[in-house]
Amino acid sequence: MSREIKFILNGNPICIAIEEHWTLLYLLREKLGLTGTKEGCGRGECGACTVLVDGLAINSCLYFAVETDGKNILTIEGLAAEDGSLHPLQKSFIENGGIQCGFCTPGMILSAKALLDENPRPTETDIKQALAGNLCRCTGYVQIIESIEAVVDKRIEDINVVVRETGDSD
Amino acid sequence: MKKFKYLISKTLDEAVSLYQSHGDSAMYVAGGTDVMVKIKSGKVTPDYLISLTHVGRNSEIRINPETGTLHVGGLVTHRTLEMSPLIKLQYPIIHDAVQRIGSTQVRNVATIGGNLVNAVPSADGAIPLIALDAYVNIYGSAGEHSVDLIHFFEGPGQTVLMNGEILTEIVVPKQPPRTGGAYQKFGRRAAMELPLIGVGVLITLEEDSNRCVRARIALGVAAPTPIRTLGAERYLVGKEINEDTLNEAGKLAAEESRVRDSIRGLAWYRREMVAVSVQRMGLTCLQRINQLKAK
Repeated sequence: MSREIKFILNGNPICIAIEEHWTLLYLLREKLGLTGTKEGCGRGECGACTVLVDGLAINSCLYFAVETDGKNILTIEGLAAEDGSLHPLQKSFIENGGIQCGFCTPGMILSAKALLDENPRPTETDIKQALAGNLCRCTGYVQIIESIEAVVDKRIEDINVVVRETGDSD
Repeated sequence: MKKFKYLISKTLDEAVSLYQSHGDSAMYVAGGTDVMVKIKSGKVTPDYLISLTHVGRNSEIRINPETGTLHVGGLVTHRTLEMSPLIKLQYPIIHDAVQRIGSTQVRNVATIGGNLVNAVPSADGAIPLIALDAYVNIYGSAGEHSVDLIHFFEGPGQTVLMNGEILTEIVVPKQPPRTGGAYQKFGRRAAMELPLIGVGVLITLEEDSNRCVRARIALGVAAPTPIRTLGAERYLVGKEINEDTLNEAGKLAAEESRVRDSIRGLAWYRREMVAVSVQRMGLTCLQRINQLKAK
């Protein structure tokens, strides 16, 4: 069954006809060509498909595309500035060896962004908890955590910090 | 993956009437983190998903100013509970549990009502609520009724919900002064893990002493459904709460548990950990009661 939905994708308004059984991941990758978001397990365990919906990290493999109607979606493609310069988190992952094969990286970075938007000064425990739903099979996580800590330490002023009020996350 | 039609209901009545029109081929869905996994794996094959997400009034956490009861809408996400200052300060036993369910990505979407309705033996959300004597409000074509949460579960995946009924709200009675609660999810990993054992302890003390006037010990993964260990609870009532009495209560709770061997852990180990966790959580209850006093 087809249905038309409207939402903001990486800052751009979009209106598209979708099938009601599609996941957001399917819509992004197969219909919109945004292949930065990865499919890992397809069942909400690995976090490779993480995107932000109204600022909250979610697993797009389990998220109904229909439910994005009226919402604001951010994928890894929307993180760099318009002139192509990378987001501080992206730069830091490169500089600190937070990337090896890169498959988990978009999800890692978006989970990290959601954390920093909510808590600009996270502890190491906060970072580990925020990334607990993002699996990496290459780096052993140490460099990933270091990449995020480097942003917290040095580049805090560069991050577009949006403090989300508690209680509005449903 | 099986195709389905996604029906958005704006009111409970609309949801119930949609269910009645589609019968066995329909399923309710909220956050969808469990339903989608089941659809993808072929465990369920609904033709219609009836979304409850837009039924507004069931997505709030509030205290009834007259009775002091806590009302948690069935559609409240685990993340909303986790971030709620009210829950963190006044109901830390709930906070203990919800912050360890799934991952941030799951908690941002998955609802407490969905967690209860799924009725897995390890439901972390259920154990603290049972310790708090919570009941749930249920809505269906025959109207509204309530069930104590401890009687809500009938078996793995089985609840008292009749076809087409919706869990709308969880209600927690006002707790007496000098009450402290704590929950431990005992597992090997801090996230994306089902517990080996889940232990919730809630203790109310006499006004001027550490003598226990009420105790609740609720266990997850210790039986096909969440259970209370009544013998251990009775043992504590009237006693001074300290390491020794909590140790004894832990042993009694371990004896009452009906743990079994599974891929995640062996029964003997789970039983030992029930004893240890009951004592630890009891001590945390004491600490929390004393913190209340300090404030």
